[in-house]
Amino acid sequence: MPLNGPAQLPSLFAAVTPSEKLLSLSPVDIAIIVLYFAMVLGIGWYLKRFTKTGEDFFLAGRDMTAWIAGLSFVAANLGALELMGWAASAYQYGILATHWYWIGAIPAMLFLGIVMMPFYYISKTHSVPGYLQLRFGESARGLSAICFAIMTILMSGINMYSMALVMKIILGWDIHFSIWVSSLTVAVYVVMGGLLSAIFNEVLQFFLIWLGALLISIIGLTETGGWHGMVQRIVERFPGQDFTHLWAGLGSFTSNPMGIQWTGIVFGLGFVISFGYWTTDFLVVQRVLSARDLRSAKMAPIIGSAFKMAVPFIVILPGLLGLAVLPERLVGESQAGPGVHTYNEVLPLMLARYCGPGLLGLGITALIAGFMSGMAGNVSAFATVWTYDIYRAFIRKEASDKHYVDMGRWCTILGVLVSIGTAYLVMQFLSIMDYVQALFSIFIAPLFGTVLLGMLWKRATPAAGFWGLLAGTLSSIAMFLWVEVDHSALRFIALSSHAKDMAENMYRALWSWIICVVVTVLVSVMTKPKPETELAGLVYGATEVPSDGHLPLYQRPIFWAGVVFAVFIILNIIFW
Amino acid sequence: MHNHGSVSIWFFIGALLTTYGVIITAAGIHELSSPPANPPVLSSLHAGIWWGAVLLVIGLIYFVRFFPRKK
Repeated sequence: MPLNGPAQLPSLFAAVTPSEKLLSLSPVDIAIIVLYFAMVLGIGWYLKRFTKTGEDFFLAGRDMTAWIAGLSFVAANLGALELMGWAASAYQYGILATHWYWIGAIPAMLFLGIVMMPFYYISKTHSVPGYLQLRFGESARGLSAICFAIMTILMSGINMYSMALVMKIILGWDIHFSIWVSSLTVAVYVVMGGLLSAIFNEVLQFFLIWLGALLISIIGLTETGGWHGMVQRIVERFPGQDFTHLWAGLGSFTSNPMGIQWTGIVFGLGFVISFGYWTTDFLVVQRVLSARDLRSAKMAPIIGSAFKMAVPFIVILPGLLGLAVLPERLVGESQAGPGVHTYNEVLPLMLARYCGPGLLGLGITALIAGFMSGMAGNVSAFATVWTYDIYRAFIRKEASDKHYVDMGRWCTILGVLVSIGTAYLVMQFLSIMDYVQALFSIFIAPLFGTVLLGMLWKRATPAAGFWGLLAGTLSSIAMFLWVEVDHSALRFIALSSHAKDMAENMYRALWSWIICVVVTVLVSVMTKPKPETELAGLVYGATEVPSDGHLPLYQRPIFWAGVVFAVFIILNIIFW
Repeated sequence: MHNHGSVSIWFFIGALLTTYGVIITAAGIHELSSPPANPPVLSSLHAGIWWGAVLLVIGLIYFVRFFPRKK
C-alpha cells in the first residue's frame, strides 16, 4: 500500500487490461501539455550555465532559500502515483488515508527541521550515507549507499511503468511513448542543470499540481453543498460504514475498513515509518541540504510540513467526493471488468466529471508534473549517492571535481536507462513491483534507528552503527519472507490474524527498528567509542548548534514549528 | 531566489501560469458560444473562465514582480 510517497507506492493498475480510454484531450489540452514540456526543458537549458562544480550539480550550490528548498522538499514526494494512489485509498478507506499526510508526516518533518537538520547541515555532508560515514565509518556508509542506490533506481522504474500505464488507461497513450518521452525529458533537464534544475522544476511542478487538482475539490464541494453535504451523501450511500472519522474507528482491527488499530498508526506509521522516511530518505533530505544557511535548512521542512498538511485537500478530498457523487461504485483491481471502474480511477473520473477543454489539460499536466518531479528526485539522489558514496568512496578516491560532475551527469543518464529497463522488466513480471516496494520500506525503518542513535547518543560506536543497521535490515527481510511463506505468521508480526497488509507494514517497521536499536546499543556497550573530539558537528552534546535566540520570534524556526504542530493537533481533533 | 542567475524561478512560474491563464480563459469563453457535446457536471459555473482568470492573475503577479531587470 502507498505510504508517504516513494517509500511505498501503490501497485496502480497492476492487473488491468484497459479496454477503452477514460478521457479525450482537445487541441487546447494538448497545447497546455506541450507548453509544460517546453518550459521544463527550457529551465534545464537555462540553468546549465550555472552548474559548473560538484557543489552546484549535486547540492544546487547550497544556495536555495527556505521557500524553494521547502517546496521542493514536498514536491519531490508529491508524485503522480501519490496523487492517484491516495485518492484511490480515500475512496476505499475514507478519511483514514489522511493519517499518511498528518500523523504520518508532520511530526517527522518538524523533527527533521528542529532536531536533525543542524547535524546534517553543520557536518557539511552531501548525503545521508555521507553522514553515516562521518559518524560510523565506511562500512555503514557502504551498506546504506548501496541499498539506497539500488532501491531508488528500481523505484524510479516502477513509478515510470505505473505512470505509463496510467496514461494508457486515461488517455490511450502508447506505453512505450509515455515511458521514453517523459523519462528522457527528465534525463535531459537533470543532466543539464543537476539538482538545481531538478529543484527549480519541482517548484514549478508543485504549483501545477496544486492548480491542476484543486479545482476538483472546489467544484465537488459546490456540488455536494459543502463538507456536511458531502458527509450526508456518503452516509446515505454507504450505511453502516464510517468513512469520515480519523480516529473514532481505530479502537480495534475490525472496526475500520483498513484493518488497523491505533497503535499501528501511532507507533508504526507515526513514529518509525514516517520518521524513517522523512528524516533519512536522501531523496527528500537532499532538497533541504541545498539550503543557503542553517536557518533556511531548519525552516525548509517546516514550510514543507505546512503544505504537506494541506495536501489532503487535493488528494483525499477528491476520493471522498467520489464516494459522494460518482453514480457508479468503484471496485478493487481483482473485481475489475469491462465497463467497471476501479478505485485507482477515481481521480481521473473526477477530473472528467468537472473539467472541460483547457482545464482537463491542466489536470493531466498536474499528473505528468507529479510523475516528473518524483522521477527527477530519484535520479538526482541516485546520481549523488552513486558518485560521492560509492564511486568516490570505493572506486576512484582521487579525481578532479570536474571528473565527479561528469560522472554525476553520466550516471543520471545511466539511472534513467536502468529505470527504463526496470519498467520493462516490471511489464513482464508484475510481482517484482510488490517486492521492490517492500524492500524499500524494509530498509528505511532500521536506517532511522541508526541515524537517530548516531545523532543523539555519543556512546554509539562505529561497529554498532554497521551491525545495528545490518541486523535491522536483515530482520525486516526475514519478517517479510516469513509472512510470504506462511501467512498465519501475521498474528506474530502484526499482533493479530485480522491485520491487513497496511498493518503488517507498520508492525514490521516497528520491530525492525527496535532490533536495530537494541543491537546498536548492545554492540556499543561492547566496543570502543570514538573520542568526543571526533564527534564535533555530528552528535548532540558534542556539537555547538548556533542559537536562534537573537532573532525576533516570527523568524525563529521553533516558533513556526509550534504553529504548524498546533494546527496539526486542531485538525486531528476536528476530524476525530 | 537563486543568486547565480538573473532570472528567478518565480519568473518562470509566472510566465507559464500567465500563458495557461490566457489559454484556459480563452477556451472557457469559446465554450460559451460553442458548448461541448458532453459538457462536464456544473458546466453552468463556467469554471474555465474564472479558473483561467485565477491562473492569469497569479501568473501576472509573479511575472511582473520577478521580471529580470538589469541592475
